[in-house]
Amino acid sequence: MSTSFVSHQGGRYFWISLAFMVLSIIIYAWHEPVQPPNGGTWYGYTLGTIGAVMILWLLYLGKRKRNFANGWGTTKGWVSAHVYLGSSLIVIATLHTGFQFGWNIHTVAYLLMCLVIFSGFFGVYAYMVFPDARNKVKKSRTRDDIFEEIQVVDQQLKKLAGNLSEDIGAIVNSAIDRTEFGGGFLDQLLGRDKSKVMIDGIIVNNNNQDVVIENLVQKLTLATGQETKVLANLVKEYGGRQKLLGVIRTDIRLSAIQEIWLSFHVPISFGLIAALAAHIVSVFIYW
Amino acid sequence: MYDIVVIGAGPGGLSAAARCAELDVSHVLLESSPKIANTIQKYQKGKHVMAEPGILPLRSPVDFAAGKREEILDAWETGIAHHNVNVQYGAEAKSITGEVGNFSIGLVNGDVVQAKHIILGIGMQGNPRQLGVPGDQSDFIQYQLDDPDEYHDENIAVIGAGDAAIENAIALAKHNNVYIVNRKDEFARAKEGNLNLILAAIDAEEIGAFYSSSPTEIEILEGEKFRGNLVLSTNSGTEKLPVHRVIGRLGAIPPRGLVESFGIEFPSKDMSAIPALTSQYESNVTGIYVIGALGGYPLIKQAMNQGYEVVEYILGHDVKPADHGLIEDKFKALPYDNMEVDDVLIMMQERIPIFSSVNALLFRELILDSTVHVYNEGDVVFERDDYTNSFYTVLEGGIKTVITEDLIISSAVGAFTGEGSLLSGRRRSATVLAGDQCILIETPRRTMLKLIASIESVKRVLDETFIVRQIQTKFAPNTDIKELEPIASTAVINSYTPGQVIMKEGDEGDTFHLIRSGSVTVSNEVDGKEIIRTYLPAGADIGEMALLGDTARSATIKATVKTETVSIDKDAFEMLLARSPGLREELQEKTKKRYQENVKLHGDDGSEGLLSFLMNQGLGEATSALMIDESLCVGCDLCEQACAATHEGTSRLNRKAGPTHANIHVPTSCRHCESPHCMKDCPPNAIQRMGGGGEVVIGDNCIGCGNCKQNCPYGVIEMAYQTKATTSFWQWMLFGIGLAPGKGEVLTHGAENEIKKAVKCDLCIEQNHGPACVRACPTGAAMRLNPVDFAKLA
Ligand SMILES: Cc1cc2nc3c(=O)[nH]c(=O)nc-3n(C[C@H](O)[C@H](O)[C@H](O)COP(=O)(O)OP(=O)(O)OC[C@H]3O[C@@H](n4cnc5c(N)ncnc54)[C@H](O)[C@@H]3O)c2cc1C
Ligand code: HEM
Ligand code: HEM
Ligand code: SF4
Ligand code: SF4
Repeated sequence: MSTSFVSHQGGRYFWISLAFMVLSIIIYAWHEPVQPPNGGTWYGYTLGTIGAVMILWLLYLGKRKRNFANGWGTTKGWVSAHVYLGSSLIVIATLHTGFQFGWNIHTVAYLLMCLVIFSGFFGVYAYMVFPDARNKVKKSRTRDDIFEEIQVVDQQLKKLAGNLSEDIGAIVNSAIDRTEFGGGFLDQLLGRDKSKVMIDGIIVNNNNQDVVIENLVQKLTLATGQETKVLANLVKEYGGRQKLLGVIRTDIRLSAIQEIWLSFHVPISFGLIAALAAHIVSVFIYW
Repeated sequence: MYDIVVIGAGPGGLSAAARCAELDVSHVLLESSPKIANTIQKYQKGKHVMAEPGILPLRSPVDFAAGKREEILDAWETGIAHHNVNVQYGAEAKSITGEVGNFSIGLVNGDVVQAKHIILGIGMQGNPRQLGVPGDQSDFIQYQLDDPDEYHDENIAVIGAGDAAIENAIALAKHNNVYIVNRKDEFARAKEGNLNLILAAIDAEEIGAFYSSSPTEIEILEGEKFRGNLVLSTNSGTEKLPVHRVIGRLGAIPPRGLVESFGIEFPSKDMSAIPALTSQYESNVTGIYVIGALGGYPLIKQAMNQGYEVVEYILGHDVKPADHGLIEDKFKALPYDNMEVDDVLIMMQERIPIFSSVNALLFRELILDSTVHVYNEGDVVFERDDYTNSFYTVLEGGIKTVITEDLIISSAVGAFTGEGSLLSGRRRSATVLAGDQCILIETPRRTMLKLIASIESVKRVLDETFIVRQIQTKFAPNTDIKELEPIASTAVINSYTPGQVIMKEGDEGDTFHLIRSGSVTVSNEVDGKEIIRTYLPAGADIGEMALLGDTARSATIKATVKTETVSIDKDAFEMLLARSPGLREELQEKTKKRYQENVKLHGDDGSEGLLSFLMNQGLGEATSALMIDESLCVGCDLCEQACAATHEGTSRLNRKAGPTHANIHVPTSCRHCESPHCMKDCPPNAIQRMGGGGEVVIGDNCIGCGNCKQNCPYGVIEMAYQTKATTSFWQWMLFGIGLAPGKGEVLTHGAENEIKKAVKCDLCIEQNHGPACVRACPTGAAMRLNPVDFAKLA
């Protein structure tokens, strides 16, 4: 029932884009310019102009998706067109260049365009794969739901630890207090866990809560009587906490990957505009 | 012996007593609480009270104009002091005996007050349920908490397990030692949010809890640290809890029982029924008059006007009601220049049989709510598939109902139309055109529902008509209504509660049901598990296979929400088959299709869990529910931003909130219910169903009472200050000036008439191209669906 932007209207823009590319290739093969094919022939000019207009239109998505009261098409439709027509630029622009690449501003513009487009490809992949993956990891819960669950477990842990010796209580409390999430973008992307715990007055790394659990298990093996039962319970609960933390960490990491391409896609788009302007100006000046 | 005793010092009672005082009539005003106007005292602090309806003039010796709660209460206090009104506080009436000229009013505190006439203005809020144990009249027992910050370092016991009790306990726990006493072993009646809060607070030992405990006595301690001992009977025996204060939050007793015990009759069992009153507010007990909310007038100004008028009537003065001018204006366009308003009203009741049994006061109110239209011949009154649901009666001329192109039915003066959508909440099933010289009265749904609840005969006539017309449109479009009446008379209207089984798979049965309102699910049992096959909305028919000879039910049919069906048995149906050639074949065709679909659905059980989940979320009564496919949602929040940007900066949906099943998430956002719960109790009738999609929309005349927020079971209504939407995109984008798109800021902060009004999704009815949330979603994750489309989700 829910159709994504990829299959929007039965892939209408895919077919439009495909037809457009095929047509421009046919014309390219058919036309015999006086000079070798490049941006300077009539066909080169035409394709160049089309390309430039398309780039401006692609850029306009950033504005269009925030025109909330606009009745002209849906954002999904616009994204669908953006994706498919944007991809056709590879063919259009390449034909425009007539394969004349070199170390110049023209080629810089071309390369930037390719970067934007390829980052866009990754974006489509990310949008199609990560939301689903994240929802499955979280078992249809929101991140806030899971944080709440963790809080409940934390309460439970603190209570259990309260019945045990002071040093165990201190370890559990410090592990809870020093649990870290997120961090910088790179930390998120790599899923770094900077959680710490203080054991015997020394703060040590507590990646994936392993150290605490190991420590508690250690204590459990030495415990006797009533203490064994409470400690066993504590270890079990802590295992649950570890799992929940893992889910959140995975979610944060996946979401970072899901977002990262946009931090290339958009800034490079602006770079592209600058390079393109320079290209066009230079073409007119040095012509 | 007083000439007039007024019971209840709400706006209605106050105004009546003040008028007595002004005219030097001997009187007393009895008020159960320690202050005037308990209902208004309970509004939140600083609430801006509205003086709706704006066009209605105020007629009362005490002032009232829109303003802050405190100002209004002050004005009333001053007003009654100025007129030397004789008030008794703490005087709760509990019995009335005697007759006009010699009534005795028994009070809870044991006093008896004598009266010649009684004005009853006790409102609809009811009185708090008392603890009912020895000592519960002590002054440290209270049933209301105005300001929790007033108390510090006290031992306080809160008795009750509902939301009010929990909210009080939590608010008090900040500065006090609080215990909550729960008769049961869990907090089953509380909202989820409150439940979490109280359990957390008990867990953290911020609040002490007594479960399965009830108070048996309050021992008063004189001159000690504590003011009393709350004696509790618990599972483990008796416990004594020393306290400074006990707060009872055991809910309110609705006033109906009390009022009935005074001898006043209600015309029907329906809890929303209003006592039958004359146009002078007199009840069936001569000498007892009923005004204000209890009499069916839910706004302050109306109650005050009635207070004034009723005293005039008792004294035998002939005054025109304050709304006289309003009705006069309504009738301006009508060709009755030489008739008095009251005569026009009488004529209307004479001409329109369905209104003939309505008492004059109620009819007057009905006309106040209604619009009288003068049409030209051929004008469209409403069109097939419109989502309007008002009710039309013919006062002059006639109407033509276009059922199909070949089937046009004419109706004359006294007829009515529109009952179908009124009763089912569904789209119009036919187009109605005006005939020659046509004048129609259009009555809004809410008013009609009140009337149906109050007057048995109106309900009966509408039900019968609904059944015949339904049978006619469904099965026998070419048969005369008259011929169908015998069949219809055997039909029965059945009501089902949510989840109730209408027919069970495998059972024998030969009745056939038409769903009149609500909706059902069709399910089969497979390996002991219920698998929902499909969902059927109002208008669908069920069990028709039985009529064609197959008497074992092939599936279980269950109501998803409160549902009503019209059932017809086999014999009556045979008559119908005999009368309508081709009907048998048509039904057989339909049955065959349904069998085929069933077979197909057996193949894919993927949707079963999802459908059950959606139905459990109450989505069976939705007409347009927002859903998010989590496998496509990138979390960009454009949906919320779009909503805010198109609604003055406040989003009416909460994307993250709400339950999820597999990848289908149901965010908190209005579902535009078929029979919206929110509409039930809106004093100014500000909530309307309109537009082509049946959008449930809250109008500008909202007075901010919060009833709708309380009545909506899905928590989608927010009370919010008006906000201002986004500034320029380019300014924000290029220079970072102004608000980001989709952010709003409070517009009138600090202004005099600032009031929180109810806001919720209106399906972007003003945008004209569909809901902005769905349109703004870049990936296609957000969608708005009708339950009929749910099956396709999986
Ligand atoms: C939150 C909220 C906001 C509202 N906002 C507005 C608004 O802005 N504008 C507006 O016009 N309307 C508003 N209303 C509606 C308005 O409050 C009522 O229409 C109005 O109070 C009805 O007046 P009344 O005199 O009929 O009854 P009430 O105001 O209910 O007064 C009844 C009085 O009778 C007393 N009483 C009850 N039983 C007994 C008894 N047995 N013996 C003695 N005394 C008794 C009660 O203590 C009470 O003081 C609002 C309602 C609510 C709930
Ligand atoms: C208004 C639009 C455009 C105009 C008028 C234009 C014009 C030209 C001209 C005249 C040339 C030939 C220059 C030469 O032979 O030295 C050229 C070449 C080229 N153009 Fe464009 N162009 C436009 C848009 C674009 C776009 C959108 C791109 C890609 C992002 C692009 C990339 C190139 C490249 C790579 C070359 C080949 C450079 C070379 O010959 O060394 N142009 N263009
Ligand atoms: C030169 C070409 C392109 C330019 C200039 C461009 C520019 C942009 C811009 C400005 C945005 C808006 C980002 C935002 O405001 O959040 C955007 C979004 C996007 N682009 Fe492109 N783009 C180009 C090509 C492509 C291609 C080829 C694809 C995919 C094959 C693509 C996929 C996307 C996607 C998926 C989004 C996200 C949409 C959203 O979340 O609303 N883009 N692009
Ligand atoms: S506000 Fe609530 S009750 Fe009213 S239509 Fe929306 S979901 Fe239904
Ligand atoms: S819309 Fe809601 S808050 Fe506003 S007046 Fe009606 S019931 Fe009260």
